[in-house]
Amino acid sequence: MKLPNFEYQAPASLAEAVALLAGADGQARPIAGGQSFLPIMAFRLAEPSMLVDLRNIPHLNKIDVSEKGVRIGAMVRWRDLLDDARLHEAFPLLPAAIDHVAHYQIRNRGTVGGSLAHADPAAEMPTIALTCDAQIEVVGSQGTRMIAAADLFTGPLMTSLASDEIIVSVHFAVWPATRRWGFQEFSRRRGDFALCGVALSYDEDPQGKACNVRIGAISMGDTPLLLTRAEATLTGQSVDAVAIAAAAAAASAEVDPAGDIHASARYRKSLVGTLLSRALEDASHRKVN
Amino acid sequence: MSITFEVNGKAVAVDVTPRMTLADCLRHELKLTGTHVGCEHGVCGACTVIVNGDAVRSCLMLAVQAQGASVTTVEGLSQAEGLTPLQTAFKTHHALQCGFCTPGMLTTLHALLSEEPDASEERIRDVISGNLCRCTGYITIIEAAMDARASYQQGRSDKS
Ligand SMILES: Cc1cc2nc3c(=O)[nH]c(=O)nc-3n(C[C@H](O)[C@H](O)[C@H](O)COP(=O)(O)OP(=O)(O)OC[C@H]3O[C@@H](n4cnc5c(N)ncnc54)[C@H](O)[C@@H]3O)c2cc1C
Ligand code: FES
Ligand code: FES
Repeated sequence: MKLPNFEYQAPASLAEAVALLAGADGQARPIAGGQSFLPIMAFRLAEPSMLVDLRNIPHLNKIDVSEKGVRIGAMVRWRDLLDDARLHEAFPLLPAAIDHVAHYQIRNRGTVGGSLAHADPAAEMPTIALTCDAQIEVVGSQGTRMIAAADLFTGPLMTSLASDEIIVSVHFAVWPATRRWGFQEFSRRRGDFALCGVALSYDEDPQGKACNVRIGAISMGDTPLLLTRAEATLTGQSVDAVAIAAAAAAASAEVDPAGDIHASARYRKSLVGTLLSRALEDASHRKVN
Repeated sequence: MSITFEVNGKAVAVDVTPRMTLADCLRHELKLTGTHVGCEHGVCGACTVIVNGDAVRSCLMLAVQAQGASVTTVEGLSQAEGLTPLQTAFKTHHALQCGFCTPGMLTTLHALLSEEPDASEERIRDVISGNLCRCTGYITIIEAAMDARASYQQGRSDKS
């Protein structure tokens, strides 16, 4: 499967990249790590007239950890993210999830911005962005705007980005040191796309009851999903065996995944409950400061 | 487009169309057919080469993206005629049968052990999970890699 023909540009600034995209009548595409888009082109699922490579644009590959939260540049690769010791302290859910992304060689090129723009419901980063209320900073010919993760993902491999908009970074609010979290994923082989995954976090009120409950699911629909019924089931409860079982049942009941050759819909529905219970077990037993 | 980069320590200049992958550029333009191409969409790992120290899939990188880079292919692992300790370990442990996956296995493991000479068996298993082998059953490959660690550990102490 050879790639279709296209023009190639690797501009040295964001402004030039936006101008190239804007001048191509929606036919040009940005390219970051190429780990999703090269296969897409090989399969002729897209045949852009031009690829605008973001690799020469400065400052897109920085990770900032500060009192304002965590900001990750669009060109940060999976491997950069996993190598950053600060994130394991400041935002432990993120590296725990990214540890499940793809294989060694792919992690050396695949990027955070590419994954968000690719919007694969089976990918980890979009679900983490949704679960943790990330804000995505984009630049286009109309200027800069922030898009809430909930407004970014509109369908399978579809986003609300305009064709001349480039993701520059993703922002996460400060993560309280006492926040509880869990991440569980199941795939046939480690590094493969998830048959199902669950990311969650919650805080505890002074009575030890769960509040600010957020539960996101991977591979359970056309976009990353929030399991709002399971969240409601847990809110105000102490996270014990009874509450965990109730949340798992709510999760299995509220999703409507499609079946495919990898797993039937029924199996996937059951899996989301199992993974949610495991993630809640992890979260409730993890030592917090 | 005309590009220049370094392959196995030598500067090269090639004229390529943007659609040409790095794998095809190495094989067809530079006649370095040691890099194998299996799936051409990132799944099998046979095409792995080392770009600026990182193992990458050369079917998922455009040749034009290699402009200015330093690329090592399986041909470049050994500078001399002989085998490297990793290659020798593959031979000793029968870590190859048909050999189709071998270039990707060797480049992947060389990149890994150069950076992490103390990589655990679990780490090695995890890393080569991205390289398909239809013959060996992997165990001998893991044994070869575990065996070869000593030479990379030695290499590190020689440098320091
Ligand atoms: C065998 C294999 C297994 C994989 N397994 C997993 C997995 O388990 N989990 C997972 O999450 N991913 C997986 N991936 C995908 C991988 O993580 C990709 O790297 C990632 O999804 C996309 O990042 P990229 O930088 O390679 O993007 P690219 O392929 O370069 O681009 C993807 C899309 O995003 C657009 N784009 C890129 N950057 C920007 C930007 N800054 N602004 C706007 N648009 C942009 C492109 O136009 C394109 O539409 C796998 C890939 C392979 C080949
Ligand atoms: S040929 Fe590149 S991964 Fe299969
Ligand atoms: S030796 Fe035949 S594929 Fe690995």
